[in-house]
Amino acid sequence: MSTAKTRILIVDDEEIVRESLAGWLEQDGYTVATAADGFEAIAQLKDHEWSIMLLDMKMPGMDGLTVLEQSKTIQPATTVVIMTAYATVETAVNAIKRGAYDYLVKPCDPEELSLMIQKIVREHDLVRENETLRRALKRDYKFRDMVSKSAVMREVFQLAKTAARSQSTILVLGESGTGKELLSRAIHAESPRAEGPFVAISCSALTETLLESELFGHEKGAFTGAVVRRRGTFEAAHGGTLFLDEIGDISPKLQLDLLRVLEERKFCRVGGTDPITVDVRIIAATNRDLKKAVAEGVFRDDLFYRLNVIPITLPPLRDRREDIPLLVEHFVERLAIEMKRPVEGVSREAMATLMSWEFRGNVRELRNIVERAMVCASGAVLQLDDFKLGDNPSVPVKVAPASLEEAERRHIVAILDQTEGNVSQAARILEIDRVTLYNKIRKYSLRAPETTK
Amino acid sequence: MAIHLWWIGEAARDEGTMGMVRTQVEGAFETEVVEWTGAQRPSGTFDTRRAQHSSRGMLGWLHATWPGGATRVLGVTDVDLFMPVLTFVFGEAQLEGDAAVVSAARLVEPGNQALTVARLAKESVHELGHTFGLLHCESPRCVMARSASVRAVDTKQPRLCPACRDKYRLFQQEGHHVYREDQNPHR
Repeated sequence: MSTAKTRILIVDDEEIVRESLAGWLEQDGYTVATAADGFEAIAQLKDHEWSIMLLDMKMPGMDGLTVLEQSKTIQPATTVVIMTAYATVETAVNAIKRGAYDYLVKPCDPEELSLMIQKIVREHDLVRENETLRRALKRDYKFRDMVSKSAVMREVFQLAKTAARSQSTILVLGESGTGKELLSRAIHAESPRAEGPFVAISCSALTETLLESELFGHEKGAFTGAVVRRRGTFEAAHGGTLFLDEIGDISPKLQLDLLRVLEERKFCRVGGTDPITVDVRIIAATNRDLKKAVAEGVFRDDLFYRLNVIPITLPPLRDRREDIPLLVEHFVERLAIEMKRPVEGVSREAMATLMSWEFRGNVRELRNIVERAMVCASGAVLQLDDFKLGDNPSVPVKVAPASLEEAERRHIVAILDQTEGNVSQAARILEIDRVTLYNKIRKYSLRAPETTK
Repeated sequence: MAIHLWWIGEAARDEGTMGMVRTQVEGAFETEVVEWTGAQRPSGTFDTRRAQHSSRGMLGWLHATWPGGATRVLGVTDVDLFMPVLTFVFGEAQLEGDAAVVSAARLVEPGNQALTVARLAKESVHELGHTFGLLHCESPRCVMARSASVRAVDTKQPRLCPACRDKYRLFQQEGHHVYREDQNPHR
């Protein structure tokens, strides 16, 4: 407890009250100052930082409630305790409504005052500790808008930071929702091209001709509907970064066109003949297995090698479950600001369930789940019910790396457990004959008590 | 250096009580403790509305009345003491001051004089500790722990904990008892 750093301001018009209370609190090691009226209190609030203000309600000139209201504007972090000799429910409710932490009826029990001050100091310490921790977490686990504390992701961040400084083409691999575009934006922001544009295009969303025109632009009259000359994304990204998402989905013709641009840094608009030179850093991304696509002959190997200069693979969320609490906190904090909802966190029970969720949609799915919960939530802490996980297509599973044999062994154990060790019944459920099941029980050395209850 | 103990209560001075207080104070502060037996009793400290004596008033009276001759004076009384904001106090001392007051009124354990006296001795050491510059200690068993209830007094030992004792000795060696923020045991 940092009592010496706890600064207490006593505001009371009676000198004897101020002095005796100050002496009493100083014996605890707090730094204490006094103000004889509301005006002096306001001046003190403007000049110094105060952890706690013990404020008399009835004072000549400016009453306690007015000082309380003003303190909320000048120093909202100061905890205000109202002191009153004439306690009525009305005055107390009024003070609490206007933001007082609590109220004391003068004279109060010394233990009551002592415990209240200790409680406030503890709460302040906790808030401070949390802030420090949060800041440390962010500093250590952040790469621009991405957060992670998993070893794999931190390697990814390190590689991305190094790659950002180069001009080389980067290939970002990973399942849908793992943050491929977010990482690309982060790389752009960290690169010497940060001042230049970041242009993103999804190659799977458009037909071949439309994509061609989007990428390279077109001359007026190049095709029906090309009524004006239009610049493509390559030109738009000049001096910056072009993010080609779903690169694994482009047609063979565009693969060839793209290869040429990558080799020559030059291209012509659709329907044009003048070559245009651009200075663009390419970051391509895909959720497909490009090596397999090359082996199957659906993706050009020369383009693959052009793109695969610095490959960065983003792991799926199920392989970095330790990041779930950090990501949830990150999203709650951001969404609370965006949605203007005073949500502070997630209940322990809800977090435990999220930790065991499958998240086939990866971080994007997690973000959506948190956003939906924030819309549904009524309290400051998101509860399990707010997440409505029952409606989610994902199935809660406790995934642990396991071989097929291990999975078979576990399944047999579970079924035998269910049938209380009855092999015939278990064999029927497993749809295999009894002899096969006996063989497997022998193979996996399954014996009582694990197989029987 | 000596400490004066002065019975300023309404009842007659009790030899056993004062003897016990003297022993504990001597033990805690490793110094000579002498009883001052002046016949004067506090005046102007009684608040008719609250039917209690002002602890601050008591300190003022001690300052004005005590003839000196020692470095500290502890007034020991049996009247109930109060501070304006609080319903009662066991005692009061000014940090690094030379006077302290302690009251047995709220420490009485009916039918158990020994416990009452033991509590009074602890609070006597506690208030005098403040006059030597000691702050409240976070160890609940140290005599310098904040005791806002009899229960808390009973949890304490009549002695300074090693950290507070070291602090007290340091203040004494340095020839002053100035409380310094960087030596605050609470930091």
